[in-house]
Amino acid sequence: MTQTSGSTAPSPGIARFLGLPAGARLGIVPVLAAILLAVIVLATIFASLLAPHDPLALSPLNRLKPPSAAFPLGTDAFGRDLLSRVLYGGQISLMIGLGAAAISVSIGLAIGLVAGFFRFADMVIMRVMDAFMAIPAVLLAVALVAIHGASVFSVIVAITFSEIPRVVRLVRSIVLSAREEPYVEAAIALGTRMPVILWRHLMPNTLAPLIVQATYICASAILIEAILSFLGLGIGTETPSWGNIMAEGRTYFLLKPSLIFWPGLLLSLCVLSINILGDTARDLLDPRMRKREV
Amino acid sequence: MPGYIIKRILAVIPVMVIVALIVFLILRLTPGDPAAIIAGDTATPDQIAQLRRAMGLDEPIYIQFVQWVGQLLRGDLGTSLLSGTSVNALIADRIWPTLNIALLTIVMSVLIAVPLGTLAAWRHGRLSDHIVMAISVAGFSVPAFVVGYVLIKIFAADLRWLPVQGYKAPTQDFLGFLRHAILPALTLTAAYVALTARMTRASLLNVLGEDYIRTAHAKGVGETKVLLRHGLRNAAVPILTVVGTGFAMLLSGVVVVESVFNIPGIGRLTIDAVMARDYPVIQGMILLTSGIYVFVNLIIDLSYSLFDPRIRY
Repeated sequence: MTQTSGSTAPSPGIARFLGLPAGARLGIVPVLAAILLAVIVLATIFASLLAPHDPLALSPLNRLKPPSAAFPLGTDAFGRDLLSRVLYGGQISLMIGLGAAAISVSIGLAIGLVAGFFRFADMVIMRVMDAFMAIPAVLLAVALVAIHGASVFSVIVAITFSEIPRVVRLVRSIVLSAREEPYVEAAIALGTRMPVILWRHLMPNTLAPLIVQATYICASAILIEAILSFLGLGIGTETPSWGNIMAEGRTYFLLKPSLIFWPGLLLSLCVLSINILGDTARDLLDPRMRKREV
Repeated sequence: MPGYIIKRILAVIPVMVIVALIVFLILRLTPGDPAAIIAGDTATPDQIAQLRRAMGLDEPIYIQFVQWVGQLLRGDLGTSLLSGTSVNALIADRIWPTLNIALLTIVMSVLIAVPLGTLAAWRHGRLSDHIVMAISVAGFSVPAFVVGYVLIKIFAADLRWLPVQGYKAPTQDFLGFLRHAILPALTLTAAYVALTARMTRASLLNVLGEDYIRTAHAKGVGETKVLLRHGLRNAAVPILTVVGTGFAMLLSGVVVVESVFNIPGIGRLTIDAVMARDYPVIQGMILLTSGIYVFVNLIIDLSYSLFDPRIRY
């Protein structure tokens, strides 16, 4: 997303942390995306205060009711309040998004540093990464979850497997160019220990691009979790998640499309605002990209 | 030239061997005994032990891997635990709907995305550019099945122009195929268009900054010709690359879309296999889709010189 009228400068502290050039400005779209994301995240976190009903409370007399004062978005096939379920449903999605991003980035960073610095390891590591990239993400996740059973953790691990190669490639490419820098040569000449060179001299170069990558992983993890749940392979249906709610809504879709529409809308808006923020961060952090506006 | 081609083709081997190893390990490191699963609940321990010997499961794990790869090299993906038929036959039976829809998706995506991306690059920074970029970010953000259900709601349930679900083979009834395949293909198109339009725009923006574009303008070549002949042709390689890497995303999407539209393809086959824990079918499917991905990207790599004569191997 690119700048339109009405720009806001990020606060000096944040700008300095991210290494932004002075006077970098944000368009209105990223600001709106940040607000939207904040609203969704807060509504999800405080679901227990905001939700009008227990998301699991069955009410057989109120099956598939249209929206009313008591049930603002109507009810599902078991008479459960859709609004409450959608609010609670975000918790799983956000947890998996954040978890997958954190784990993929940490493991990918470690492998990428090694691959970029040690030539003998590079060959092997990159072939393994190529192989993981060749396996379609959803299929790999489906297979792993099917075998090891679905839990928040196993879903995160399954998603992590297909995200790590992208992080490794990114970190490796940065390390490959950074290791030729004079300060790295100087550190090697001074006899600095290898872990210190990797962590103190090379790792900081990767931070900004990794922040961007983490947002994309978070967005893609939320989508994959929804797909797994939708296919009936995700977290058990006793915990509402956006994917679960939509999966249960499939049967009644033509009768009551809102069972898929509302969770789908919220999930899409959430992923959309994360993607917009990621694009914005990338444009701000990478002058080359800013010029080309990929 | 032959040197590069041979090297590129040989590079496929280690990747596929590692894919095979990953697939093998995913399923071998599972809790539970494959022999017990195949034999069923009523089997005696003796029968299970006998089956385990027959399947070679009592051998060391590396020998099992070598035997399995040997079997794969003979083109045998194994036997389904559920139906007892060969995985090859199951896949051969189900692959055409998937391939036909994937092909339709790629054709539609390229036809939509390349003009959109070109428009965005041409009108860089203007309203049409912002709109195209907004569409492409949105395309990444909506799950395929939600797109699918919205399309079903509009075009099948409300307008009644198209059937809600199902599939017809194009060889039997081409019009019927199109009527059934257009919504699934459109669904898959959303993310693919987003990816391809973005890359078209980025790649073309890069090229449009080159000196020879200015030269072309200066010597009075028309705008359209500059964009298409001088611009797009030189921007083709990255676009082509992203169409190839996007293929993995497409194969993932197929699993979901076949489930939404009730299409009897290999995506549905996979989900059914997963539900039944039919390991050989799952293994076969992951190997097949990875193999297709690697093969498509090999072909694309080798075809670069067709699109960009400066690339000579």
